Parts: sequence; structure tokens; C-alpha cells
Amino acid sequence: MTATAASIVAMRASGIHAGYPGVPVLHGVSIEVAAGEMLAIVGPNGAGKSTLLKVLGGSIKPDAGNVELFGRPLDSIDRREFARTVASVGQENAVAFRFTVMEIVLMGRAPHLGAFRFESPHDLEIASAALERFDLSELAGRHVQELSGGERKRVFLARALAQEPKVALLDEPTAFLDLKHVAEIFARFRELCVERGMAVVATLHDLNAAALYADRVLLLAGGAAVAYGTPAEVLTAENLRRVYETDVYVGRNPSTGALIVLPAALPNPR
Amino acid sequence: MSASVGKTAPAAHLTRARLFSILGALTILLFACAIAGLLFGTAHISIARAFADPDSPDHAIFFGARLPRVLMGVIVGAMLAAVGTALQALVRNPLAEGGILGISGGGALGAIVALVMAAKIGGGEALVPLSAFGAALLSTVAVYRLAMVDGQLEPFTLLLVGVIFNAFWGAAIMLVNSVVNFYYAHSILFWLMGSLEAPTYREAAMVAVLGLAGFGVLMYRARDLNLLSLGDESAAELGVDVDRLRRTIFVATSVMVGAAVSVSGIISFVGLIVPHTLRLIFGADHRLLLPASLIGGAAFMVAADLVARVAIAPAEIPVGAITALCGGPFFIYMLRREGRRPLSL
Repeated sequence: MTATAASIVAMRASGIHAGYPGVPVLHGVSIEVAAGEMLAIVGPNGAGKSTLLKVLGGSIKPDAGNVELFGRPLDSIDRREFARTVASVGQENAVAFRFTVMEIVLMGRAPHLGAFRFESPHDLEIASAALERFDLSELAGRHVQELSGGERKRVFLARALAQEPKVALLDEPTAFLDLKHVAEIFARFRELCVERGMAVVATLHDLNAAALYADRVLLLAGGAAVAYGTPAEVLTAENLRRVYETDVYVGRNPSTGALIVLPAALPNPR
Repeated sequence: MSASVGKTAPAAHLTRARLFSILGALTILLFACAIAGLLFGTAHISIARAFADPDSPDHAIFFGARLPRVLMGVIVGAMLAAVGTALQALVRNPLAEGGILGISGGGALGAIVALVMAAKIGGGEALVPLSAFGAALLSTVAVYRLAMVDGQLEPFTLLLVGVIFNAFWGAAIMLVNSVVNFYYAHSILFWLMGSLEAPTYREAAMVAVLGLAGFGVLMYRARDLNLLSLGDESAAELGVDVDRLRRTIFVATSVMVGAAVSVSGIISFVGLIVPHTLRLIFGADHRLLLPASLIGGAAFMVAADLVARVAIAPAEIPVGAITALCGGPFFIYMLRREGRRPLSL
């Protein structure tokens, strides 16, 4: 993260109240993510993590508060232009019909293409590079229905990358993945933060991943921000005990010095 | 079996060359079916004499019966298959089809009511397809809305609502049948069974124009239909105005169903068999699948109509009965297959 990149605010949300009809979820949340920065949104189930991400992605309109993309209010941006700037990957990635991996990734080029235009060599190059970055090149011709959960997740992350976004919004990008894939996916997005100044916002259940990979962390509970800052500032034993209503141990990995978070409950008596 | 399909379809994505070579091959197939449809029939005729002698019975049969009928098969089959493809993309369900969802039934009722009214007040020719279109649009929107459960389109609710609509429209048609005089009874049966009998060149031209207009709209949204396969939310995140896309597809498919029904009645399952088969062979990209369905549907319908004419000659089976006899078992087969995994064909 360079000093100049950090000074550009990619997305800013202020005083967001939002939810579903009859169910308010967020009560005045404000966040900001700079270009080149990775922001993790953590918090217990039902805290409003996914709702906040959907507000940023424009699929839920806030009841109050406003969202800005590079200083422009969200509702002043054309939906195709928005799709060229912001890419979202949700938790569920169902696909009707048997599209190939390459076809799914090329769908990320749609906001850049006119109705009757075929993908140009440039578009194919971008899609191939996205496949390669997520180690999917050999699966390009396979149908998505034939893939494992982890492979499938990576296909949708590669599709988001093919959009060439400046902001990536990822809802639980590493849920149900094994350790190796979790590490790889975060490594890829860290690279993108550095190489392209991409701003990444990810909701995470895994507090250790947030501690390890995020530049900043937003801790949500009951639809409100409890703490917002660097992982060391936010992921304190006291904050976490309050929010998760269980004892936690926060320490340092003796071999790397990285922050680690563990449940501190006593083991079952044997 | 999915693995074997993966191996036989090495093309990872659609290219212009692939699109045109597949459409070219299907066009050759269509021409083969059309030529067979023109050569064979109940009567044995000499094609040479049909062209040479305008007073011969051969001429009358060829130009008065076979040619318009093959043309009508081309037009109606093309439209029904393309509509089936578009509806499947819209509801993300490979089992959707105009006939199965009760949209054709609504259109047929609209056509019949207009026909009966037109006999009293005049001006039937334009009124019949217009009324069929209106009723088809109403059915489409109603079926779609009723199949929404908590904002999600529920695949099996959709099919059940279609079954109910079919029964309801069928009953309404029988009701009209029993209150109008005997003269209409034949044409009403014709609508219920679906037939390519007795079209005129004028009707064929009108239906072709409406069909092509509707198809043009579908092609314009083909890429957006691909994106819709990822779900409403993902499609929106990729820049698609989903509500507007839905409305556009409702109207375009209803125009096509209305036009097709007003000349051929309810012909079911063409929009199911053709897209499914083509999708299995060529993949799911709607930029290919829509035009492939158009041409493949035309070929299938002409072939089915040929069977309808010659199978028990000199008697004739309504072509709608042929497609339903093939389509019924085909539908059950697909339903059983789909039951084992999420609808994701």
C-alpha cells in the first residue's frame, strides 16, 4: 500500500440505516475503504455484515445515509458504469444451465461489451489471466456443475476479477474452504490491492484471517459499529468478549508475531 | 454422463466461427426437412408437373397445400422453440415452455373469443392475433407472479401453476365451445389440438413478421439472458436492469406465442424438446442457443408435421398430438433427471 493510493477513498458509506421490509438491520453504520486497502467486516451472525456489503454493492438501497464511489453518490452512477467499477461475489453461486468455466468468467466482461459484440482478443486475454490467477486454467472448458465447492468459489472470484473492478465486495469469500485455499485466495487479493490499487471489502467469520490479511477491520454487532481500525485496535479480547458473548484469548503467533484469536472457554472435562 | 458431455464439448466459449458453423449445419438440416415435407404427403404428385402445368392437380396440391403448410411449420416451429428457450432463461428452469406454462392456452382462448366476437362485429383478421397476444401476456405475467414465493421463483410451483392454468384455459375454451354454434366447434377443436392445417400465405407472412420482430428483441437481450442464469442479483451486479429485461421478455415472447397460436393453436413441447437437445449438444450460451432453436425448431416442426400427414394416410393426425406424444415422455424423463439434482441443466 503506497501513500498516494491510501489517500484516495474508493468507497465511503456514512450513517447507513438499511434492512428488509419491516426488518431494520443496520442502524447508522459508517465506513470508508481506500484504494489499495483490504477492509474486513467481522461480527456475530445477524450483525448485518452481508446487508452492509449489499448496500455498498447497490443491491439494497439504504433507508437513510449515503454511499459514495470515488466521491460520487451511488444513485448518480449508471448501472453498467457501476459494474465496470465494482464487482461483487455473493455467498451463493448457483448457475442455471451448464455454462463452462470460461463462459462464466467471460460474463465478467459483459459490462464492458455492447449487446451484439463478441468478446475481443483483449477480453479473452483478461479472462484467461483471471483464470490463471486463481489456478483455473485447466478447468476452462469444464461445466461449473462438475466442480468442487472450492473450485466453484474461485470461478466466481475470477469472474469478478474479469470485470476489472476498482472495488471488490466479497461476502464470505473463504467460507467452507480448506486452509490452503483460504491462504491462496487472500494472497491473490492482497496482490491485487498492491498491483492495481484495488479496494477489497470482505465479510469474514474467521477472525484470524481478518487479523492476518486485513488492513482495517470493522467489528459489527446488532447492526452498529462496535470498533473500526487496524486489526490490533479492533480485535481486542475485551471487544470480542462483549460482541460474541464468550471468553476469547487474543495473543501473538510466537513464530510470526501475527495476531491470533482463540476461544478461551475451558475444554470439556474428561 | 455429464463428464462425457464435458469431453465431447471442448469449446470453452462461443466464437463467431463456432456460431456460424453450427447455424449453417442446422440450416442444412432444415432444408432437408423442408424438401422432404414438400416431396412427400398423402397424395403422390409429380413436382415437375406441378411447376410445368398450372392447371394440374399436382400444381394445386404443391402450391395450395404443401408449400404453405411447410412454410407454416417453419414459422410456427421456429417461434415456439425460440420462445421456449427465452422462457427457460427467464425462469431459470429447463422445464419451462409456452404450452406447459399455460401461456399458449391463454393465447388460444384469446384467439377464440376474438374469433367469435369478430363474426358478430367484423374485422377478425387483425383482432385474432392481437387478442391472442393480450391473453398470452396476461397469462405469462400471472404465471410468473404466482410462482414467486418470498421473492424467489420456485421451480416446482411454477410448473404446478402452469398445470392449473392449462386446465383452466382448457375448461374456458370448452365453455366457449358449448355456448357458440356448431360452425365454430371445428375450429375450436383445431385450437385445442394444434394443427398447421389451412393457413393462407397472408397469415403466414403476418405471423412471420411478428415472429421475427419478437425474435430480434430476444437476440438483442441474449447476453443479458446468459447473465440472468447467475441469478437476479448477480445479473444486476453485472449491469443488467433485471426488471426491464423481464418485462421485455414477457412482451416479446407473448407477441410470438400470440402470433403462433392464432394460426396453429396449442402446439406443446416443441419449445421443450428442441432447446433441451440443442443445449445438451452445443452448450448454454443464448447467443447461440436462441438462433439455433429458431432453426432447429423449424426443422423439428416440419418433420413432425410430415409424420402427422403420412403416418396414417389418408387420415391425418393433428401435429400437436405428435409433439405431445413425443414431448410427454421427454418431459417426464427430464423431470426425473432434474429431481436428482438442483435445476441446472
